[in-house]
Amino acid sequence: MTSGLVLDNVVTTYGAVRALDGVSLDVADGKITAVLGANGAGKTTLLRTVNGLVRPAAGSIRFGGHDLLATPVERIVTLGIAHVPEGRGVITELTVEENLRLGALWRSDRRRETVNGLATVYEMFPPLAERRDRAADTLSGGERQMLAIGRALMSRPSLLLLDEPSLGLAPRITAQIMATLRRLSAEDGLTVVLVEQNARSALSVADSAVILNLGRVVASGAADDLAGDEQLRHAYLGF
Amino acid sequence: MTFLNLVISGAANGVVYAAVALALVLIWRSTGILNFAQGGMLMFTTFIAWDLVHLHGANYWVGLVVALLAGLVLGAVVERVLIRPIEGGPPINPVIVTLGLLLLLEAVAGMIWGSGVSSFAPEFSLNDYHVGHQLILFSPDYLFIVLAVLGVMVALYVLFQHTPIGLRMRASAFNPEVARLLGVRVGRLLTLGWGLAAMVGALAGVLIAGTQPGYINPNAFDGLLILGFTAAVVGGLDSPLGALAGGLLVGVIQQLLDNYVSIDLDSFYTFVVLLVVLMLRPSGLFSRTAVRRV
Amino acid sequence: MSLLRRSTLLRNGLLALCGLGIMLAVTEGLSDYRNTQLANIAVTVCAVAGLTVLTGLSGQISLGNGAFMFVGAYTVGLLLMHNPGTNNGELVLVLAASALVAAVAGGLVGVAAARLRGPYLAGITLALALGLPALPEYSHFQGKLGGHAGLNFLAPNPPGGMNFFRWQAWVCLIGAVVTLFLLANLSRSRVGRAFRAVRDDEISASLAGLSVARVQILAFTVSAACAGLAGGLFAVINGNVLPSGFPISLSLSLLAAAVFGGLGTLSGAVYGSIIVTLLPQWSYDLAHAFSMPDRVQLNLPQAVYGAGLILGMLLFPLGIQGGVRRIWALGRNALRTKPAGN
Repeated sequence: MTSGLVLDNVVTTYGAVRALDGVSLDVADGKITAVLGANGAGKTTLLRTVNGLVRPAAGSIRFGGHDLLATPVERIVTLGIAHVPEGRGVITELTVEENLRLGALWRSDRRRETVNGLATVYEMFPPLAERRDRAADTLSGGERQMLAIGRALMSRPSLLLLDEPSLGLAPRITAQIMATLRRLSAEDGLTVVLVEQNARSALSVADSAVILNLGRVVASGAADDLAGDEQLRHAYLGF
Repeated sequence: MTFLNLVISGAANGVVYAAVALALVLIWRSTGILNFAQGGMLMFTTFIAWDLVHLHGANYWVGLVVALLAGLVLGAVVERVLIRPIEGGPPINPVIVTLGLLLLLEAVAGMIWGSGVSSFAPEFSLNDYHVGHQLILFSPDYLFIVLAVLGVMVALYVLFQHTPIGLRMRASAFNPEVARLLGVRVGRLLTLGWGLAAMVGALAGVLIAGTQPGYINPNAFDGLLILGFTAAVVGGLDSPLGALAGGLLVGVIQQLLDNYVSIDLDSFYTFVVLLVVLMLRPSGLFSRTAVRRV
Repeated sequence: MSLLRRSTLLRNGLLALCGLGIMLAVTEGLSDYRNTQLANIAVTVCAVAGLTVLTGLSGQISLGNGAFMFVGAYTVGLLLMHNPGTNNGELVLVLAASALVAAVAGGLVGVAAARLRGPYLAGITLALALGLPALPEYSHFQGKLGGHAGLNFLAPNPPGGMNFFRWQAWVCLIGAVVTLFLLANLSRSRVGRAFRAVRDDEISASLAGLSVARVQILAFTVSAACAGLAGGLFAVINGNVLPSGFPISLSLSLLAAAVFGGLGTLSGAVYGSIIVTLLPQWSYDLAHAFSMPDRVQLNLPQAVYGAGLILGMLLFPLGIQGGVRRIWALGRNALRTKPAGN
């Protein structure tokens, strides 16, 4: 059951464009894996292919013994994979608490899980507790990111996929979010796939990283090694 | 007193328009589709009830419940069979498909029940109330209509706001992709949404059919659809409460114009009201957002 | 450039003249009944061609073209009723007036419509189709517009003792061919390109310097003028007009014809109109062959329109013409890619 997320030679195309061109990836359990690269490198497509919103043209994706390509989008979350979409993906018309409730709604033991989960999330992100009955569109960018992560945690996932969590956030907020991810991984053994354009802050918390360029993996390894490789940094990471 | 009476009876009619508007709003909000077939669908379910009550001697309540269930099933089937396949296509396609369904339902109703007019006897009296010697343009039947529609609206409110399935339905409507990632089976909820909307429409059909002798025939509900659409647009097209407010407003305006100008122009007023609203505030009078979602 | 345009004009003109000549010759050999059918098809072609240009080229939808037919028909009705003894030359002016008055009405609605999209536009034009035919019933208009009973008038006599039904077919065919000729040139012209640009992408069209609103109002006006002429011809061949002659189902049957033929193509408008006009007759024949009850027979055409609209959208989202074109393109692609695959 501990075999985590494994991608093998995945090809995803949009018309004639190969957004993913033979990506293989073995995500380490209980660790944070950063997926880095420039705009258009295929980072978001990678996540959308894993969670089934886009179906690949070739390759295989497995998670804990399940074939994800044969799993409908709606069932992915029940396998323990939670997704924090790009642009936060909170449902702005719903209240904070309703957004959080949605996270646990698929569970058969949702009554108990919702009560426990809400308590945990509110403790982790106190600003959400204060605004629980407000519509999500009244939240600030950082609060929305907290809400999206909190909602993902409501499903008690073993794998958390995050798409550009630092986008548009102040550095201080980004640092807080990254610290939270670090703690979740260290204390609860959560596996995290962190897609980021902000390579510097992603590498600061990640255990390992892969760098995508034009749909291909051009480098992978321990986060510290990649951060120390000046050539790579200049070529693909822009810092 | 005349003016007040006109407002009362206009508002009572408006409650029915609000129900039709609500049926349109529920579908527009979840799919961005305007269901032009709604008039035909509620005509068909009303005929089913009429057939049971007047041709087969069933009890009024049995007829009403069967009409509601028929609406639920019809709405769900329409979503699955006709709407699902054209999802994501050009926006003109659902307009044409729902209009096609309108024509088809009216034709089939004409084949089964004929094109002449029929009367649906109301369960409650249409004789107006008196307060002292003063006549009030409001009858037990209209009291029933108001209570039934408001009851359904409250029930839907509770369903949407306070149950897990309602939360799923709202999530699917507002952000289907995120909802799917959270494990919500958006497709099923859309089907349910169409079913519920058609059920509200079915209620409106049976209720209004009883208010006038000789009301029902296959084309009788075209005007009701336009009135419901106008009410929905006045209310902002995506707001259930706006649908209620829009329905009341349209009902009152219609009654006042009928009385003070001429009843002959009844169906023309609807066009004028719609035109004025769309020219002044295309997003509706009660919409929360000023942005037009088209 | 101007030579090229003139040649398109010339080509379309020659085509129109030839077509007209053939059709007029054909009317000689047809029975009165067939000539009436032909006239009805031609009337429908006028209205459907206008609708297909509006919906197919400019991307707007109108469910209200029945209302513009109503306007055209009443214009002709009033002019002929108040000017008994109108001759055939003057009839041309009367029919032009029907198109003109409807165009003005269409322009007014178009000003409102230009701000509206998709379902909003469909909704308000549907309200127009339902509301406008109520005007003659208004007590203050009854004297002038004839109320429920409508208007009765005499159409001009056929010239030179020509057969009455053949003459009707002639008038309507000439109207239809003129309409098609004008629309064909319009869609090839700068205006037609503007229509398509607005349909495909309003934002880029406006960035390219087109006034989107003006283009859409123009499209609406053209479409209303065509419907008005159709209504005018309809009045001429019937000798009377009634408010009940313009129900919502008329507007929807025009839409059905446009969809059957493939939105945006004029030849499609012709096929679509033939199908929609002959359908009631076919359904009558079918009903008799299977001895169906009257109420089934009377509603069969509408059921076919409805089912046709639905199936058309589900199977051929681009209409018959579009479907043919798509199959053609598929075949060609298959031929083209095969050698490459080997």
